[in-house]
Amino acid sequence: MLSIGLGHYLTLAAIIFTIGIVGIFLNRKNIIVILMSIELILLAVNINLVSFSIFINDLSGQVFTLFILTVAAAEAAIGLAIIVVYYRNSGTIRVEEIDRLKG
Amino acid sequence: MIAHAIVFYIFSLIAIVSAIMVTVSKNTVNSVFFLILDFISISCLFIMIGAEFLGMIMLIVYVGAVAVLFLFVVMMLNVAQQKNEWFNSSGRSSHIPVGLLVSIIIFFELIIVIGGWKYKPDLLDSIAIEIDTDLTNTQSLGTVIYTDYIHLFQLSGMVLLVAMIGAIVLTFRQRSGVKRQSYFKQISRDRKDGIELVDVENNKGVKIDA
Repeated sequence: MLSIGLGHYLTLAAIIFTIGIVGIFLNRKNIIVILMSIELILLAVNINLVSFSIFINDLSGQVFTLFILTVAAAEAAIGLAIIVVYYRNSGTIRVEEIDRLKG
Repeated sequence: MIAHAIVFYIFSLIAIVSAIMVTVSKNTVNSVFFLILDFISISCLFIMIGAEFLGMIMLIVYVGAVAVLFLFVVMMLNVAQQKNEWFNSSGRSSHIPVGLLVSIIIFFELIIVIGGWKYKPDLLDSIAIEIDTDLTNTQSLGTVIYTDYIHLFQLSGMVLLVAMIGAIVLTFRQRSGVKRQSYFKQISRDRKDGIELVDVENNKGVKIDA
């Protein structure tokens, strides 16, 4: 309990990952919160990679974390731009009302 | 060791609680604030276990850029008043129990995998880049990124460039009714459009725009 090992960090990452999944599944109102949940999931992946890298004593995990950080920043920028354009065209970003592809 | 454990539990508790608050918060602006708190506590954990460079980069990139971008968009779109209620049953809320069930199953699968997992025996032979304790974290990352992973590094630069161009192209629009500078008109006017020579008689003056 008092000596923190790899399992503690992996459990923390699993909890945050699950919270991100819950946020995507259960949020039906605001699409920005869904984007934030995706950021939480990427954060959990980063925790996994960094803790493995530290506890195995291998640096490549941190390098990959850097690339995941880049992709997460690009994804946030593009996603928010799409949301802005959608809001400008349709006046809403509520998940329930974005149903143009409904058959 | 005990200090390490205490700090770990404090920061991970803050991280988990703020991650929950991101998803259940009624106000979207509060969600963004809790996202910032989550990133900060996770980056403190990174700094604590010895990945200082990544912790600082997380602070700069996530808190300084991504979260502020979120905040900017939330305030620009005026959805702060749009309540984020996901437990009010508006008839179509049959997805909530199924979603909770699937999430709990995912969590227990992850926990089972973490609990019953071991290092493979020849792990120490398969380490790609061993951490050099003589160098700082930043220095050792730098020696790796700019040599072994240089192609991936440049490709991630290309990803950022494409994302930047995409965001600009998506959100660019030409407004009507805005006066713009026309360079072609400016450089293509000549002397006789702009200047008129008038003979002014004494005590008469000149009528302009006659």
